[in-house]
Amino acid sequence: MSKHEETHDHVVSTKVYYGVFAFLLVMTALTVAVAKVDLGIFNTLVALTIAVMKASAVVFFFMHVRWASKLARLFVAAGFFWLLLLFVLVMMDYYNRSHLGM
Amino acid sequence: MWAFLITEVMFFGGFFAAYICYRHYYFDAFMAASNTLNIPLGAFNTTVLIVSSLTMAMAVHSAQLGKRKQLVTFLILTMILGATFLGVKAVEYADKFTHHHVPGPNFVFEGENTRGAQLFFSLYFGMTGLHATHMIVGIGIMIPILLAAMKGKYTPDYYTPVEMFGLYWHFVDIVWIFLFPLLYLLGGHLVGGGGHH
Repeated sequence: MSKHEETHDHVVSTKVYYGVFAFLLVMTALTVAVAKVDLGIFNTLVALTIAVMKASAVVFFFMHVRWASKLARLFVAAGFFWLLLLFVLVMMDYYNRSHLGM
Repeated sequence: MWAFLITEVMFFGGFFAAYICYRHYYFDAFMAASNTLNIPLGAFNTTVLIVSSLTMAMAVHSAQLGKRKQLVTFLILTMILGATFLGVKAVEYADKFTHHHVPGPNFVFEGENTRGAQLFFSLYFGMTGLHATHMIVGIGIMIPILLAAMKGKYTPDYYTPVEMFGLYWHFVDIVWIFLFPLLYLLGGHLVGGGGHH
């Protein structure tokens, strides 16, 4: 029984960790540099794209989701999907109120 | 552990939803207020957290291989980095007080965007405050884990506490990955950005 429960012992090469670390540093420098340029509405879009890429790298590699069971991955995905639902519905509501003169 | 983290995602999600909403209503004020935040300090703290995520990942790695000394070293490094982050945050908060950027009766913001700017700073303190609270709790949880690691309680067969705590620590890092661009960088392209008054 105890053997089956040990789904968490995937040992990842330290090279992977250092690679992710370098990626995170480069992306941080990039997002700071891009923020100084006026891109209009695209500033936020670019900043959030970079943030999602950084967060994904942390979730998949540092948090081992890449090597996790399908159930665990579904669970994580469902959590973020629910968050997305919250944001989209809030935006659909508040961003369209001006059309109703509210 | 993931179930707990998903509830945490929702916890912070409420703040992000409020941010989405008010940023829409007071966009110019949010940009102007964001423009007063210190980008170099924010970027420094982002880097500190990224390094601490690496040391935490290395701590779990050491635990998996049963390297007790390495595990202890990486846990201590992670704690020091977490404390560094909080120290910088304290400096930033103090700066807000001297500039009257703390929401309340003494709030002062130049220009016509006072109302919206006050909302921005309310969200700033709410979001970074909740995040900092998570860091303080995290450092607190690390103490018994560190003590157990020193006693050699963790082996390649049993290191679940280290692994679970690692997930928590990475989650807190992820929250900051989003807070940094949304709060600090939003007004970064405006003239005089980066906290220069």
